[in-house]
Amino acid sequence: MAQSGRSAWIITVVLLPCALAAPFVLYPVFLMEALCFALFACAFNLLIGYVGLLSFGHAAFFGCAAYITAHTVKVWGLPPEFGILAGVGVAALLGAVFGWLGIRRQGIYFAMITLALAQMVYFVALQVPFTGGEDGIQAVPRGRLLGVFGLDNTLTMYYFVLAVFLIGFGVIVRTINSPFGQVIKAIRENEPRATSLGYHADHYKLVVFILSAGLSGLAGSLKSLVFQLASLTDVEWTMSGWVVLMTLVGGLGTVFGPVVGAFFLVAMQHYLAQLGSWVTVVQGIIFVFCVLLFRRGIVGLIASYAEPRREVPAGEKPPELAGAAARET
Amino acid sequence: MFDWIHLSIPPAPALFAQLLVGLINGAFYALLSLGLAVIFGLLNIINFAHGAQYMLGAFCAWFLLNALGLGYWPALVLAPLIVGVVGIAIERLLLRHIYRLDPLYGLLLTFGLALIIEGIFRQQYGSSGQPYAIPPELRGARNLGFMFLPNYRAWVILTSLAMCLATWFTIERTRLGAYLRAATENPVLVQAFGINVPRMITLTYGAGVALAALAGVMAAPIYQVSPLMGSNIIIVVFAVVVIGGMGSISGAIVSGFTLGLVEGLTKVFYPEASNTVIFVIMALVLLVKPAGFFGQVR
Repeated sequence: MAQSGRSAWIITVVLLPCALAAPFVLYPVFLMEALCFALFACAFNLLIGYVGLLSFGHAAFFGCAAYITAHTVKVWGLPPEFGILAGVGVAALLGAVFGWLGIRRQGIYFAMITLALAQMVYFVALQVPFTGGEDGIQAVPRGRLLGVFGLDNTLTMYYFVLAVFLIGFGVIVRTINSPFGQVIKAIRENEPRATSLGYHADHYKLVVFILSAGLSGLAGSLKSLVFQLASLTDVEWTMSGWVVLMTLVGGLGTVFGPVVGAFFLVAMQHYLAQLGSWVTVVQGIIFVFCVLLFRRGIVGLIASYAEPRREVPAGEKPPELAGAAARET
Repeated sequence: MFDWIHLSIPPAPALFAQLLVGLINGAFYALLSLGLAVIFGLLNIINFAHGAQYMLGAFCAWFLLNALGLGYWPALVLAPLIVGVVGIAIERLLLRHIYRLDPLYGLLLTFGLALIIEGIFRQQYGSSGQPYAIPPELRGARNLGFMFLPNYRAWVILTSLAMCLATWFTIERTRLGAYLRAATENPVLVQAFGINVPRMITLTYGAGVALAALAGVMAAPIYQVSPLMGSNIIIVVFAVVVIGGMGSISGAIVSGFTLGLVEGLTKVFYPEASNTVIFVIMALVLLVKPAGFFGQVR
């Protein structure tokens, strides 16, 4: 396990100069969008890939944090760092409630419950006055970070987004490779056994759920500052499906899969933007294709080619869902 | 402080009108959750495409009317058959390959299917609805003394009740249903007795999808025929399924109608919560009875 942690660090160090130089080559707004969704997908993957819980309601955390940050920054005039903290806090709190309710069931039921709870958040966002209904919260000021860095400068904003992404990503990698991460993987593999060893499986699941929700919120807050907009699209169920798809394309349960999937799909969306609703159709086709033929995802596939002879070590699972994860209690 | 809560006693006609709306919604919840339960029982897959197939049923009726001039009554039979055949094709071509996998993949696959179907129709028809007229035989309303009951709504409630009971009877009381229940318990053993389980699975999926399409045809004159009608209702139906539990057919029927009524009542007393009340109930049920009211833990 330490090895996967080390290789993650090596890849990160190799990629970092590329990430620093990227805004001079590529369109910075595209990069920022991709980084926000990459963080979102990584947070989602923490849950599905390492605990085996498929949440179909992550849009609730993403969108709710986007609204909170947009509101606190625009109406209360908070500086961006506090706006983001508020968004993350509320998302984590919401995650605590969702998780507390959701982990009573597993597998498909968990997916349906999270989807339904997120739909409730959607309807609340549609009705309460502060979200601005169909218009959303527009023209959110980016403000000055720590009172020093003006985020209206695109490059400054980009490096801020990159830094936040790296912090979030680091938290996730650290969590996976910590003793805590070993326990959650043990619970994914064999919950009754982990319980018999004295671990409170539900406590661990809840903590990971809250962590995942908080990091999704971080992504949402960041997104509302990048686009200066928080809207109903962020809380809709299609957003939950979108993050599932990014993770699936990149590779469930791989460290870099969600990042690759996010860049791939955000790029695809930019190229296909003029196609209107066909984008939804293409998304659906990718879903069907991935489930039928490409369950390991891009990174999972590369990893299996890179290390063809490696035996799967105990405690590590190929990046595909095991049946154990979805067994109903 | 609570000036945004308007609790008041409504006049009786408004109450009955909303109860009727609730009963109609409940009829659709029951039909849809019934189809979901039947499919889940045998295939162990939550059919996310159920809402899209419901929408397909409505559009199928609309096509039959506008392209072939076939009215409501032929559509009531033809649309479920056509959409059912589409369902059979989906099962044969796609779902068949994922039975050995984690059931979550079934959810993801059918979610993808729903996106494809809805995307195509949204591209073609936008988000706005197409009108579908009530058949002439069922226009008008009758006076029940305390309220006016539109004939078409009475027809929807009665038909869906009848369909629910017929499905329940088929599964719980006939030989075919016995095979079905046996295959749910132990497909290998049933196959060993010489029953073609794969074909049974295919036909079950087709039947579940046809039920959704039937609901779609019946919904066409009430709600408009719109590409989004499916995704709007399917998430609520998921919540209904969680509340009722997947264990029993009768559970799906009872919880569908009950929650429709509760939703209608909420519209009368506290309209702001009418969209969310079913989800709130779901959360409460999870606290008290995590397996749902009719579910068996397994």
